[in-house]
Amino acid sequence: MTTETISGVIGISVSGIIEKHAGDRGGLISILQEIQSRYGYLPAEALKTVAEQTGRSLVDIYGVATFYRSFSLKPRGKHLTSVCLGTACHVRGGAAVGEKFKRELGVAVGETTADREFTLETVNCLGACALGPIVVVDGHYFSNVSPVKVKEIVEKAKAGLDKVEIFRDQRIFAVEVGCPRCNHSLMDSDHPVDGYSSIRVTVSFGDEHGWLRLSCLYGSYTVESEFKIPPDAVLNFFCPHCHTELIGASSCPECQAPMVPMIVRGGGVVQICSRRGCKGHILDMGGSLPF
Amino acid sequence: MIELTINGLKLSVEKGTTLLEAARFLGFPIPTLCHMDGLTPYGACRLCVVEIGEGARARLVSSCTYPAEDGLKIRTASSRVMKARKMILELLLASCPQSKTIQDLASAYEVRQQRFKQEYETCILCGLCVRMCEEQMMAKAIGFRGRGEHRSIGTPFDVQSDVCRLCGGCMYVCPACQLRCTYTEPEKAICGGCANLSPPCLEKEQFDDMMCYMKPCVACEIRKD
Repeated sequence: MTTETISGVIGISVSGIIEKHAGDRGGLISILQEIQSRYGYLPAEALKTVAEQTGRSLVDIYGVATFYRSFSLKPRGKHLTSVCLGTACHVRGGAAVGEKFKRELGVAVGETTADREFTLETVNCLGACALGPIVVVDGHYFSNVSPVKVKEIVEKAKAGLDKVEIFRDQRIFAVEVGCPRCNHSLMDSDHPVDGYSSIRVTVSFGDEHGWLRLSCLYGSYTVESEFKIPPDAVLNFFCPHCHTELIGASSCPECQAPMVPMIVRGGGVVQICSRRGCKGHILDMGGSLPF
Repeated sequence: MIELTINGLKLSVEKGTTLLEAARFLGFPIPTLCHMDGLTPYGACRLCVVEIGEGARARLVSSCTYPAEDGLKIRTASSRVMKARKMILELLLASCPQSKTIQDLASAYEVRQQRFKQEYETCILCGLCVRMCEEQMMAKAIGFRGRGEHRSIGTPFDVQSDVCRLCGGCMYVCPACQLRCTYTEPEKAICGGCANLSPPCLEKEQFDDMMCYMKPCVACEIRKD
């Protein structure tokens, strides 16, 4: 690909962004923000296109782009790492964390690693001073960071921060459930899912009829089944012991499919959506059966 | 008409007149660096400070941007004003000591020393060149970039702007930079060569359609002979 075609592509896609904000006098920052979120930085060609199409002079646009710290004129890495050096974070050792990041990534502040993975930046305050020193990687906040933790943060960012750690995330906990009709436990300790006893139910979809094992971790959506279930299919759930259909009165708040109720050992009701792939669920720890 | 008093002298001026214009009309000298007739007032250098109001409510304002108000009492050379001006000049000397304009002003105001960390900048960010380029040359080739200590004046991406006509107007108005241009690459730099005696436009015919603001232009004078 030659540079000419690259600039052509940028020109075309930037036009759409500019048109969206056409006629809006204060729209320049919005335009620049959208360009930045699309390319990760503000390409020179894009700024020239903005100047031509909005009728502003390139100097003004360049002035705005260089004024705000959140705009970057240089390509940035896949993971944007911001180390807070505000007063509170500085006092708690933010500078040492910054130094460690420099050594760990092998770049200076404002630079991008050679493999285009990380960009290191410093910020002056993130407004969460009580949690300092703070490091933000790809929008994920790490609090009370010490130089020792830097390596771990870099490793995590490389592995992908959106991956939930089942054993360490406090939002995830195991629930034990039973059939709301016969009160028989649905837990199956012989076939663990996610390392915990699975919830075993019988499901039917069309002509198919077979077992389904759900993860008992609240917040995990891991499912094993006897036959392949197409996405978005609405299933009928049955208790494997009393063979009653598990069906409640309510429908899913997200997709309107019927909800499947199960009683939680220790009190409460959990309801999950009967649609494959839908993550709609309700946990009511003090609730009674919805029949 | 608006009635105001400058250093005890009564004066009536039209609405919209600035204090600087009114004071200069009466002949009171007020030093300026970022002000130029024909360009919008900017209030960057603060050298034109005057004292307005009386007693405890007296305050310092920049006269180039302050519009005349009815009954305003202005002092252009009170001890407070002179102290402030001296301090501003001292600070300007600390950042741009090589500027002849600033040296002359400092000398005129009896600034004999400067007590700050000495720097050797070539720009005081007064914005004269930016306004010259936009308002008089209609080019908008240069502007402010960055923020805080990284603020600077120049073209976008530091390459020669498509709209720059190499007129040299920015250099002509600059109070701080003396001979900033690079003669070896005339096509990339603003000329300004008339300020010395070996301008590049003599040998190279590259400035035919140039709007030159250097008067008298040494190169043009030599070419005529």
